[in-house]
Amino acid sequence: MTEAPARLGARYARPSGWQVATLVDAWAESPSARTLVLEVAHWPGHMAGQHVDLRLTAPDGYRAERSYSVGSAATRSTVPEGSALDGAAPARVELTVQRVAGGEVSTYLTDVFAVGDAIELRGPVGGWFVWSPERDAGTPVLLAAGGSGLVPLMAMLRTRREAGDRTPVRLVYSVRRPEDRLYVDDLDRLVAAHDGLDVQVVYTRSTPLGSVRGPGRLERRELAAWGWPAEIEPACFVCGPTGFVEALARQLVSLGHDPARIRTERFGPAAD
Amino acid sequence: MSTLTPGFHGRPRPQGVALPPGQYVETGFPVLSAGPTPRLDTASWRLDVTTETGVTRSWSWAELMALPQDEPTVDIHCVTRWSKFGTTWRGVSLDTLLAEVESTADFAMVGSYGGYTTNLPVSELLGGKAWIAHTFDGAPLHPVHGGPARLLVPHLYFWKSAKWVNSITLMPMDRQGFWERLGYHDLGDPWREQRYQGD
Repeated sequence: MTEAPARLGARYARPSGWQVATLVDAWAESPSARTLVLEVAHWPGHMAGQHVDLRLTAPDGYRAERSYSVGSAATRSTVPEGSALDGAAPARVELTVQRVAGGEVSTYLTDVFAVGDAIELRGPVGGWFVWSPERDAGTPVLLAAGGSGLVPLMAMLRTRREAGDRTPVRLVYSVRRPEDRLYVDDLDRLVAAHDGLDVQVVYTRSTPLGSVRGPGRLERRELAAWGWPAEIEPACFVCGPTGFVEALARQLVSLGHDPARIRTERFGPAAD
Repeated sequence: MSTLTPGFHGRPRPQGVALPPGQYVETGFPVLSAGPTPRLDTASWRLDVTTETGVTRSWSWAELMALPQDEPTVDIHCVTRWSKFGTTWRGVSLDTLLAEVESTADFAMVGSYGGYTTNLPVSELLGGKAWIAHTFDGAPLHPVHGGPARLLVPHLYFWKSAKWVNSITLMPMDRQGFWERLGYHDLGDPWREQRYQGD
């Protein structure tokens, strides 16, 4: 007996079991981040913002599991609700992994994992930090990304493009240095479409040549100017390290945004 | 299914500690929540326990503090795969809190300031296994970690340990909370790796 309402997310709510995926392509997304293209034999479809679990097994049987957000656009469900995963079609899923110093899994995925290698994968997972044009079109969106927190938000932007959706979206993206930016070319293409997407990049440590704004964390007044006014009641998605997410969510609340419209996802080893 | 991952060796294995499957040892205290951190004032804080017959019993902050206090030292396990050993807390055992509550319900929905919910069997809340915790590592529990008070159910994945706890609703039938509706497990036993529905 459940309270589960008939919502789109519920279709994806039950993650399937583990299956083997194969790395079919990979490239550096920045000096410290790598995009992995995984061929998944049975992919039930995913919503933008969802993640997958990866499982690695060492020769002595030791296993490590981690979650990584999908960066590629949403894919439609290929199986009727409730049916077996075996019927699902193959698909290619892109993840972007930020190398964490000393990280046992991220360093493997960025430095060792080679095209042709297999890895165990489970997913997609997560139905809260998601956006879909079918469900959410018409409500303006504010995306706030810190560092590799851009990955699930990029999936939302790519999904919006593929759907031909024109929901007004503002992205505020905070990175340490220019070279840390992810998806530089694709973000430029998205903006160049002039279809209602606005992007502001903030550098916290060093700025590109000729930048008017000096390095520094995103300030409340900047968020007020670049984000939507609270009266517009945008859907807010905030993703990044804990410090970034805490600061941004707090600023949004202080600017009058209803906490119920602010969805957060925290990344990385950030401990406090 | 077991597939070797070529070239993967992993960190040195932890010695002398029991780590549930798929978990790694974390020495910091990561923060996870689905929305903004609410800032709550203990002056207006309250905890409501409502039975299946609709009877509600409430505690103010002062009343909570006046109850007998426990100081559990426990290991905690987050479904995002970190485990933290030997965490020290101070709070009120649910055995103490619920002792006088008249109920035959088998399930509980725990609710939080901010709207978060999570469901647990009542049996997992009783028997020295769960607390309303207000102090971590000797200091008042920080808001990002659920302060002023959170549920602490360390033998289950930590999303069951609802931050900013505000209510416990006793139910004869199980219903699903926030993450459970989104596909996470109704019980969430880390030793059986019950991360998702169906595990």
